[in-house]
Amino acid sequence: MCTYNTEKIQVAGSGKGAAGWFPLTDATVYFDHPVHAMAEHTLNIDFLNPGRGPAARVAVELTAESARALAAAIEAALGAVPPALIA
Amino acid sequence: MSEALTAQTVKITGFDGDEIEAYLAVPDDGAAARGSVVVIHHMPGYDSSTKEIVRKFAANGYAALMPNLYYRDAPGASSDDAAAAARAKGGVPDGQLVGDVRGAADYLRQLEDSNGKVGVIGYCSGGRQSFLAACSLKLDAAVDCYGACIVNPPPEGMPLKVTPIVGLAEDLSCPLLGLFGAEDKFPAPDETAALADALDEYGKVHEFHTYEGAGHAFFAVDRAAYRPEAATDGWQKIWDFYGRYLAS
Repeated sequence: MCTYNTEKIQVAGSGKGAAGWFPLTDATVYFDHPVHAMAEHTLNIDFLNPGRGPAARVAVELTAESARALAAAIEAALGAVPPALIA
Repeated sequence: MSEALTAQTVKITGFDGDEIEAYLAVPDDGAAARGSVVVIHHMPGYDSSTKEIVRKFAANGYAALMPNLYYRDAPGASSDDAAAAARAKGGVPDGQLVGDVRGAADYLRQLEDSNGKVGVIGYCSGGRQSFLAACSLKLDAAVDCYGACIVNPPPEGMPLKVTPIVGLAEDLSCPLLGLFGAEDKFPAPDETAALADALDEYGKVHEFHTYEGAGHAFFAVDRAAYRPEAATDGWQKIWDFYGRYLAS
C-alpha cells in the first residue's frame, strides 16, 4: 500500500546528486513503493536540500533486510572509532 | 484499429484555478466523436509508465489526459523528485485532487471530437482517488485499480493523511469497475467486499473482479508485482466497461 509514513530529520553533511555535490539539510526515511528497485516495498532514504529545489536529492531504495544491515553497519562503524573523533 | 495517436504535454486549469501540467494523448483515427478518460497517476508520480497507460487509451480510441498531481510541489522536476517532494509535504489533499480531476474532465469535454462522456481511472492511491472523484463530480464511468483506504482506515500506528470515504458511496455518479488482487492486503478482499456491500445498499452499478495469484499493482509492467494474466484480463474488462459507458 501507499504508506505516507515518513520520518523526517535534519542532517548536516554533503551529498552527490545529478548536478554534483551539494550541502544536505534534511533527510526523509520511509517504507513504501520504490521507483526503481524490484520489490513491492522498500526502505527509502532521500537526502535533501529543499532550498535548492526538488532535484537536490540523493535517493536510495533498499530491501528491508538491506536497510537493517545498513543501520547496523553505520552503528558498527561509528562504534569502532575513538569517541573523541565524533564528539 | 491503427493505434496511431498524438501525445503532448499541455497546461490545464486545476484546483483553485491553478495552472498545472498534464499529459494528453488523442487517437489519430478520424472518429467524429469519442469518449475520454482522466488517468490518475499512482503515488510514485507522473512517470513514464503511467504516460504509457495514457497512450494506451489513445491507441484504443479514447482521448486521455493525466494531470500532474505533484506539479505545484515541483514544477519542471523529474517525476521521482516531484513525488519525493509531494510525499514530504504529506501527499495530495482530497479537495485538491477533485479540483484537478474536474479541470482535466472539463478540458477533455471541450475537445472538438469529444462525445461529452468522460471516465476516470486510477491505480494504487489513484484507485481511491478515482472513487473519490466519481463521488464528487459528474462522470460517466470510473475504474478503481486496487485503491486502499476507501472503507478501512489506515492500519493503526500509521500516520496516513487519508481517511475512509465509503460514506460517499451514495453520491457515486456513475458505474464503477473495481479490479483487485486476491493477495493484496491493502485493499484486502474483505475491504473490497465491504465496498461492494455499500454500493449495493444505494443501488449503485458496479462490477468487481478479484484475481487469484495477484497482489497490489498487478498492472505495473515494470514492477515485480506484474501479473500478466490478471493484467491482460483486467485490460479487457476495462475496454468492455468503457465501451459500454463511454461510447458515442
